[in-house]
Amino acid sequence: MLLSRAELVCQEVVELISDYIEGTLPRSQRRRLETHLSGCEHCSEYLEQMRATIRLTGRLRTSDLTPAMRDELVELYRRWRAEAD
Amino acid sequence: MSIPAQLTHHLATALNVLLASLAVLGGRARLGADEAELVRRLKRGDEEAFMVLVEHHQATMKRLARTFVRSPELAEEVVQDTWLGALRGIEQFAGRSSLRTWLLTILVNRARSSGVREQRSVAIGDAGPAVDAGRFDAGGAWMSPPRHWVEESEERLLAESLAPRIWAAVEELPDRQREVLVLRDVDGLTSDEVCTVLDISEGNQRVLLHRGRSGLRSALEAELGGV
Repeated sequence: MLLSRAELVCQEVVELISDYIEGTLPRSQRRRLETHLSGCEHCSEYLEQMRATIRLTGRLRTSDLTPAMRDELVELYRRWRAEAD
Repeated sequence: MSIPAQLTHHLATALNVLLASLAVLGGRARLGADEAELVRRLKRGDEEAFMVLVEHHQATMKRLARTFVRSPELAEEVVQDTWLGALRGIEQFAGRSSLRTWLLTILVNRARSSGVREQRSVAIGDAGPAVDAGRFDAGGAWMSPPRHWVEESEERLLAESLAPRIWAAVEELPDRQREVLVLRDVDGLTSDEVCTVLDISEGNQRVLLHRGRSGLRSALEAELGGV
């Protein structure tokens, strides 16, 4: 049996949440964190907010290749080809 | 005497063959069949293949360039310079990484060597806690807990322009946190790719991502939760 360690407090939990989401926490620490989460609505809320933050950030992705930029890069390519030949 | 020597030789040969196959497998795993074909076309000087590459990676390159230089014009120059570097270097591209990782690594090297970066970097350990210490009691429990805003953020992202406010918050992050956060959470790179592109350790990548995400959550809470 492993020695039981002190329970995590909220202030420690918020520092571990990102690693928890990443799946990089050691198993023992992940268990302690999940034990805390199951009994703490505020930290569960915090976890949801971190997940929402990642989701919202992911939606910032835009592909903004304008026709002008496209033309510029075609031009860059042709100039390079002309110089390379 | 000669038997063990021969055996050693055979073992060494078998090991080399095995390692070579693993390298090929590894390379293939990283470089999909489509991408390998694209590389072949690029090496042949196929303009259409170059434009496919541009379509796929220009936006990510621009975002990354903007994490190094604030001015859109300078960022544009870094991106163009990267494309030229890529055209010159494609002949030597061996497929040991994906095209995206390769392109972004060139970009980071160009951006860093151009010296255009404003020196505002904060040391990795100096970024402060994920949540202000004043929001916890002496025992480390929430005193001022996070306000609920998740559903509202979804609505506001659709209904009005929350996106520019999130971008503004991203821009406010310290440089190194912003680089990691944009690559991971906006452009969807894996942690391994980010470590290669930015030439940082896995541990640093995790810390920077954690700080960046925590900072962004705080900003969203201030924007949506009224804290």
